[in-house]
Amino acid sequence: MSKTPAGTLYRGREGMWSWVGHRVTGVAIFFFLLVHVLDTALVRVSPDAYNAVIATYKNPFMALLEAGLVAAIVFHAFNGLRVILIDFWKKGPKNQAKMLWGVVGLWVVVMVPFLIRHLTLAFTGGH
Amino acid sequence: MAVSTEIQAPRSGRIAPEYKRHGRSKGNFEMFAWLFMRLSGVVLVVLIFGHLFVNLMVGEGVHAIDFGFVGGKWADPFWQVWDLAMLWLAMLHGTNGVRTIINDYAEKDGTRMTLKTVLYLASAVVIVLGTLVIFTFDPCPAGAAADLLPSFCRA
Repeated sequence: MSKTPAGTLYRGREGMWSWVGHRVTGVAIFFFLLVHVLDTALVRVSPDAYNAVIATYKNPFMALLEAGLVAAIVFHAFNGLRVILIDFWKKGPKNQAKMLWGVVGLWVVVMVPFLIRHLTLAFTGGH
Repeated sequence: MAVSTEIQAPRSGRIAPEYKRHGRSKGNFEMFAWLFMRLSGVVLVVLIFGHLFVNLMVGEGVHAIDFGFVGGKWADPFWQVWDLAMLWLAMLHGTNGVRTIINDYAEKDGTRMTLKTVLYLASAVVIVLGTLVIFTFDPCPAGAAADLLPSFCRA
């Protein structure tokens, strides 16, 4: 017996890969969110506890992880708007592939200035 | 071996009566969950883009974030409401997304129930904790070093 789940139809191309990307980024963002609420909750413990944990985020390695997080959020946001258009706009399903390239284009337009600003701040030390 | 293309019935929620194989209707929960994902999604784009812009792009960016920064923001009801809305919408949106994924990939009833129980417990704890922190937060705790606190604490 094959262990492959029955009924999994992989159609490939823009539709499937954007769906995969939406799931992967969604799960990653959700796990980050759990940690992010917990670290922010440290403000309720003491200023020192909060500042100590936040200080561990302020280095170039974490800046790269933050860049990855923001990249995931921006893709999930724009692709989510694409999903809404597919569901509610009459011509949405017909234009879903074109809209994915719109998502990718907008993602580049947002990420380039974000990366320049964020990585400049992170790698030049700030204070 | 021939590849089976039999499509299994969705494991979650409402199915149109003509497609139902067994069991009773669970009402419109899945339709509301679907609608909630779209409505909360649009609002979250605004809330989270605003959050990222104010915290990472303005001024010194990430370097400015410390206890005093958070205290200064939450002294303003505007940011309390902003962050509260973001917390609830993002947690419910994320929890429903992960619920969908568990329903898709966990085939055994026991595994699915266990994973969803853990998910709902973790979400409830995070939502309650986050809400309490936003509303019971003291920006000027007694005994803390003055240079760690927002500037208005010295007044």
